[in-house]
Amino acid sequence: MKRYIVLASLLAVLLGVTIWITNMEWIKEGVYKPFTWSDLLSCTRSHLEMVATAELIVIAIGVPLGVLVTRARFRKLGTPIIGGASIGQSIPSLAVIAIMASILGFGFQSAIVALVIYGLLPVLRNSYAGINNIDPSIVEAAKGMGMTGGQIARKMELPLALPVIMTGIRISTVITVGTAELAVLVGGAGLGRITLAGVYSMQPLTILQGAAPTAALAIILGFLLERLEKALTSPGLKIEAEMAQEVKM
Amino acid sequence: MITLENVTKIYPDGTEAVKDVSFKVSQGELCILLGTSGCGKTTTMKMINRLIPVTGGKIYIDGVEHTEANENELRRNIGYAIQDIGLFPHMTVEQNIETVPSLQGWSEARQRERAEELLQLVGLDSTEFMDKYPNECSGGQRQRVGVARALGANPPILLMDEPFGAIDPITRVTLQDEFLRIQQEIKKTIIFVTHDIYEAIKMGDKIALMNSGCLVQYDTPASLLYRPKNKFVQDFVGDDRALKGLQLIRVEEVITDDAPRAKSDEKVEVAQERMRQEGTDQLPVVNNEGKFLGWVGQADLGAEGIVEDSMQPSTVTARKNTVLNEVLSVMFSNGFKNLPIVDKHNILRGVISFDTIQRALSEAAQEKQSE
Repeated sequence: MKRYIVLASLLAVLLGVTIWITNMEWIKEGVYKPFTWSDLLSCTRSHLEMVATAELIVIAIGVPLGVLVTRARFRKLGTPIIGGASIGQSIPSLAVIAIMASILGFGFQSAIVALVIYGLLPVLRNSYAGINNIDPSIVEAAKGMGMTGGQIARKMELPLALPVIMTGIRISTVITVGTAELAVLVGGAGLGRITLAGVYSMQPLTILQGAAPTAALAIILGFLLERLEKALTSPGLKIEAEMAQEVKM
Repeated sequence: MITLENVTKIYPDGTEAVKDVSFKVSQGELCILLGTSGCGKTTTMKMINRLIPVTGGKIYIDGVEHTEANENELRRNIGYAIQDIGLFPHMTVEQNIETVPSLQGWSEARQRERAEELLQLVGLDSTEFMDKYPNECSGGQRQRVGVARALGANPPILLMDEPFGAIDPITRVTLQDEFLRIQQEIKKTIIFVTHDIYEAIKMGDKIALMNSGCLVQYDTPASLLYRPKNKFVQDFVGDDRALKGLQLIRVEEVITDDAPRAKSDEKVEVAQERMRQEGTDQLPVVNNEGKFLGWVGQADLGAEGIVEDSMQPSTVTARKNTVLNEVLSVMFSNGFKNLPIVDKHNILRGVISFDTIQRALSEAAQEKQSE
């Protein structure tokens, strides 16, 4: 509850700053043209487009790959694949984006590839851990009752690992919202355009005009995905989590 | 019927988990696989539903070798109950019980009906429990759900791996009694794994005692107790085998009906007179409906008035199907030398005393050894 109050006030401040700057009169007298509401909206839309595209690709690759390396046949691949993804994330985001630009050229596609590389690890790692941490006796019971491998995956493993996988998707999305700020450097669009213009013109308020809505976007998406995670999780698992919490307290 | 013929399990690393085990479990029989941990009892059980593949030997279910059918089909026809952790936490009690029926494609209505029926069978209120999640149930309730789930699609065979293992002793005794009652009703062929010799003696029609992968003795509980095949069995059974034999005798086998009693509204003189006649210094007190209220002793009786005034109220009772060692344990823990036997309406059916137990025990031991 406390967390929500903090997040809500932070969100109010960020949105307030954005509205205040965008509605300001004085910038009009400066050298640079200010960003209007319609600029802000189109940048937000392209920012969201990048995040959504990258995140869908991350989920499409990360979840199946994470699940795959929990299977007995592919278990040996677990360490190299997860290790590879960690390398992707340990390189600074700016470097990842720059490298992609030099390989794939400037434009939307290199921005997306860079975002995918950078956002893959949390989804991959959480999918792997989510499945791997399921109590083996549950899977054995399911097997002993005559479920096929596919039925166990669909009816047991995915619903049981879902909260952990969803957390990975949420973390990855929030990271991607931030990293997408840099996409403008390689020819992408997004709110980074406003921030970067502010940097070039040394206008702190213009920087804020790009950065504040980006931060607000990260908070809103994080919150929505958290709600989604709660809605999709079986109430039986929530009770378990609540009881674990009580024990801790 | 389940038949094991020279069944052997050798793991790839060379460990011989099960060595040349052969035995037969007849239709409707409850067979206990008994032994210490690592003796191969669980491995043996899991080979029956092919969770563990057999290295050598054959297993037949109703005369058909069990590798002939599709393994998932085979498992859906064998109920499987393990310790309570095996319940699916993300599914409601109802969904858990309906696991196998839904795999077999039963209609929703039939599944639901079956779940309600099974909850009732294991003594849980279906309206209350259908929509609960396993984590909202107590340990004992979860075990009951586990049993109900194993019975889901009414399989002829049940495999139970320490189903009452992770549970407090009092609840365990209740669950054992209830399971025996259920088994009398449903007559399944059951393989039941436990390391608890008391549980084995109490529950089993037959006991297969295993030691480091070998089947040491396969016999009835009485034979295992009174005619151990070798030193290992003797040691496993322990020196207190006579006491363990108490598990084999139920109250109804040793008590007689119409035990002397005092009515709560009787005059004390009448009660005193009856005590003298029966040669006892204590009588159970019942009300007009025959319900047990407490005890009245020679020393408690005043000179006049009615029995109720000098009665010691008590609620410690036993049932006709209670096994003698539980009776004895209740007596010891309460410091009683007599225990009233009541039915489920608390109507007094008889009285059991130390003397009765002692007599029953020595008779049983003589009988079994001379057989």
